[in-house]
Amino acid sequence: MLEFKNVSYKTPDGKEILKNVTLQINDRFVAVTGPNGSGKSTLAKLIAGIYVPTSGKILLDGVDITDLSITDRANLGVSFAFQQPVRFKGITVKDLISIASGKKINVSEACQYLSEVGLCAKDYINRSVDGSLSGGELKRIEIAMINARGTKLSVFDEPEAGIDLWSFNNLIQVFRNMYERTRGTILIISHQERILDIADKIIVISGGEVAAYGAKAEILPTLLDTRMGCRFTKEG
Amino acid sequence: MDAIQKTLLEQVAGLHDVPQGAYSLRINGQLHGKNSSENISIVKKEDKPGIDIIIKPGTKNESVHIPVLLSQTGIKELVYNDFHIGEDCDITIVAGCGIHNGGDEESEHSGIHTFYVGKNAKLKYIEKHYGEGDGNGKNVMNPTTVAILEENSYVEMETAQIKGVDSTRRKTKATLADGATLIVREKIMTHGDQFAETDFVVDLNGENCGTHVVSRSVAKDRSRQSFLSQINGNNRCSGHTECDAIIMDQAQVVAIPKIEANHIEAGLIHEAAIGKIAGEQLIKLMTLGLSEKEAEAEIINGFLK
Repeated sequence: MLEFKNVSYKTPDGKEILKNVTLQINDRFVAVTGPNGSGKSTLAKLIAGIYVPTSGKILLDGVDITDLSITDRANLGVSFAFQQPVRFKGITVKDLISIASGKKINVSEACQYLSEVGLCAKDYINRSVDGSLSGGELKRIEIAMINARGTKLSVFDEPEAGIDLWSFNNLIQVFRNMYERTRGTILIISHQERILDIADKIIVISGGEVAAYGAKAEILPTLLDTRMGCRFTKEG
Repeated sequence: MDAIQKTLLEQVAGLHDVPQGAYSLRINGQLHGKNSSENISIVKKEDKPGIDIIIKPGTKNESVHIPVLLSQTGIKELVYNDFHIGEDCDITIVAGCGIHNGGDEESEHSGIHTFYVGKNAKLKYIEKHYGEGDGNGKNVMNPTTVAILEENSYVEMETAQIKGVDSTRRKTKATLADGATLIVREKIMTHGDQFAETDFVVDLNGENCGTHVVSRSVAKDRSRQSFLSQINGNNRCSGHTECDAIIMDQAQVVAIPKIEANHIEAGLIHEAAIGKIAGEQLIKLMTLGLSEKEAEAEIINGFLK
C-alpha cells in the first residue's frame, strides 16, 4: 500500500505544486487525472523519489520512504515510466531491459517483454535507444522495462502522450494484459477516458489538491459530464 | 611472453598468445616474431625499424595482426609500418599498442602507418591503445596514420584508446581518389591528468568520393582532449565530421571541426557537441535500481561501445 501523509511540494522558486495531499492507495489499478498543471506528474515524481516533499511523509507498505533515494526506492519495488522517455547514445534496447530486470537476460526473454508491448523483438533488440526510434516506440520500450522489473508498484506518467491513435488502441490492450497478469499496484496518470475506464479507482487532482477519489463507477460519470466543466478527460 | 605481456596482448588484440596466420609481434623495441601467409608477406625493413606488409591483389577474407607491446620502463621507439593492399582485396588489419610501465621513466611508442589501398580494395583497420602500470613513468603513444585510397576503395578505421595512455597525439591524413570511401570511428576516454589530441585531415580529391569522421570521447578528472578535423572537398564529393564528447569533473575538451569546399558540388557537414551526462539519463537508470555511479558507468560504456 502506498500512503501520502500531508504531502506538500514547492518548487525551488517557491511555487506550491501539491498542497497537503493525503492519500491511501491499495487497489490494483488506480488512475490519476486532472487538468494540465494540476500536480499529477509531481505526484508521480515524489513517489519515484525524483522530487522530495517540502513537508509530509510517503510510506510504502508501512515503510517511510520519504528520505530514500531514487535507487533505494527502485530496489524496494517502485517503478516509474517517464512521460518523455529518455534517449541514450549506444545503450541498446536489450541493455535497458537487462538492467530493468536486474539480471543478464537472453534474447528470448527480452523478446517476450517486447512482444507484450507490441514490438517485433528481432527488429528492436539491438537498436540503440536514441533518436532513431519514434516517440511511440520509445514509449513501448519504456513500458517493457516496467514489465521486466515486475515490482509491487508501477507508476506510469501519461503513457498515451505522444503516441498515435493506432498505437493507442494497442496501448489499452497492453494495460489490460498487465492488469490481468501482474499482482502489484498500477498507478497511471492519464487524461484518457479509455484508460480511466479500466481502472478500479480514480483520483482527481486539481490545483495541487485531491479533488475527488473513489471507485471508477462513482468518479468517471462526473468527469464525463461536460456540464460540470471537466472536459479535460475527453481530450486526445 | 611473460604474464604482463600476455595481458597487454589480450587488451589490445583480444589474443591469448601468438596469433595464427600472418602477423608481426613487436615486444620492447624488438621484432619478437612474424609470419607471412600465402597471400600476405611481412618483410622487416632494412633501413629503419618497422615492417612492410604486402597483400596480394584479390586476397579476400584474411586478416593480419600487428600488435606492439612495451613492458620495460623507459623504452622509446619510432616504428614505420607500410601496408600495400592490392587491388580487389577484402581484408582486416588489427593493430594495437599496449604499454605496462612499472617504472619511473617515460615509455613511448610512436608508429607511422602508411596505407596504400589499391583500386576496389576493402580494408577494415582496428586499432586499440591501452596503458597500465603502477610506476610514475608516463605512457605515451603518438600514432600517425597516412591513407592513400585509390579508385573505388573502401576503408573503415576503428580506433580506441580507453585506458591508461597518459599522452597521445594522433595524426591521420587521408587522400581519396574517385569513388573512394573512408569511414573513421574513434573512441577515446581520458582520466587523471591525461592529454589526448587527434588531428584528421581528409582530402576528398576524387569525383564521388566520401568520408565520415566520427569521434566519441569521454574526458574525466582533470584530463584534456583536443579534436581537430579538417575535410577538404576538392571535387564532387561528400564529407561529414562529427565530434561528440562527454565532459566530467574538471576535464577540458576542445573540438575544432573545419570543412573547406573547393568545388561547387562538394557537400560537407560538420557537427560537434560537448556536454555533461544528462541528468535525466542518470535518473532513468536509477529508477531501474542502479546507483548513481553504476548509472554513470552504463552511460559511458554505451556511449563508447
